[in-house]
Amino acid sequence: MKLLTLNFLTCAIKTCKTSPSSFPLHPRDAELEILETDINLPFLKNILPRLMWDELRTITSELGLPELPPAAPTREDLVEPGAQAAEGEEVEEQPSQTAKDLHRVLLETTVKEGKLACGNCGHEYKVMEGVPNFLLPGHLV
Amino acid sequence: MLPTPSTSHVCFDRVYEPAEDSFLLLDTLSSSSEVAFLQERFSKAQSTPPLILEVGVGSGVVLAFAAVNGNRIFGRQDVLTIGTDINSFACKAAAQTIRTAIVEHGHGASISLDVINGDLASCLRPHSVDVFIFNPPYVPAELPDFARHESYNSLPEGQKKTTFEQDSYLLELSYAGGEDGMVVTDRMLEQIPEILSDDRGVAYVLLCAQNKPEQVKERIRQWYPGWMAEAVGSSGKQAGWEKLQIIRIWKEQA
Repeated sequence: MKLLTLNFLTCAIKTCKTSPSSFPLHPRDAELEILETDINLPFLKNILPRLMWDELRTITSELGLPELPPAAPTREDLVEPGAQAAEGEEVEEQPSQTAKDLHRVLLETTVKEGKLACGNCGHEYKVMEGVPNFLLPGHLV
Repeated sequence: MLPTPSTSHVCFDRVYEPAEDSFLLLDTLSSSSEVAFLQERFSKAQSTPPLILEVGVGSGVVLAFAAVNGNRIFGRQDVLTIGTDINSFACKAAAQTIRTAIVEHGHGASISLDVINGDLASCLRPHSVDVFIFNPPYVPAELPDFARHESYNSLPEGQKKTTFEQDSYLLELSYAGGEDGMVVTDRMLEQIPEILSDDRGVAYVLLCAQNKPEQVKERIRQWYPGWMAEAVGSSGKQAGWEKLQIIRIWKEQA
């Protein structure tokens, strides 16, 4: 499970949804795996407004990953400066180190095994072979 | 015609095999009228990537199709896809279908998140979904007994194979819809206003004739002012009856 997925998930228990502490879910006992994928710079630039940055920082710090900067990067921060186009020539934008780091965190860092805990009710969802299981036992539905 | 993603690795003894309904979804999403509608909504430069959620992905053929055709359908190279299924075997099969499709046809055209084992869209953050796709269990047939779900949702302890009863149960989940074939669909429809993004959310839901689609659409239009529901694709026309139809559900933009 990619860390970006956690940007869109919350506790499956209905009564938790209105509580701010049900997001983000907190990874516990996580075994991480890096799965490399191609970087998509337009995606990284466009996703920025959708990232819940403070919550992402919480997750990465709980996972013991390198600390993210306090503020989210800007679109410009993600482009490597300096590539000047000669006249009549188009130069494709290159990702900066900031973009590469963000790509690594959001899309290449995955939880292979572990649990995701709700900060409101404490329920823990298992992640097995990279697949999170949000099915609830009968009495919690 | 856009290519259909390969599902040759999927074991159809316990995961729903792509059929007429799945193909109707592919055809509808890539029809010129829906492409025009979706591009108008989603292809604005520098707008955020739309999140596409499919509930009940099964083999993953529909979500993989949306993922690799992001450019043709949505007019952009950065759509995000996420799926759920109640059947853990389907989750793994669908993840594989999407990975393969992206390698074969994707050209870096989309970002695929994960396929989550869950009940409908219960684990999604409210108002985070821009495009919702659902091919429900729509057959009027008794719902399977969910008490067995936990034990049937993984391989039997110490075994490498599922049992026949287990496979039958898992397939029933993919088609049996209870009374009028609407028990699961009604539960999902209720969640739609809550999961769709306020400004640009749109849902595609498949119905069959026994689901009484005219009544379903009328009910949706009465949710709140502004909600719309129209048939945008159909198949199996017999004497004026459409056997299957896809309805689009959306809110008129103010």
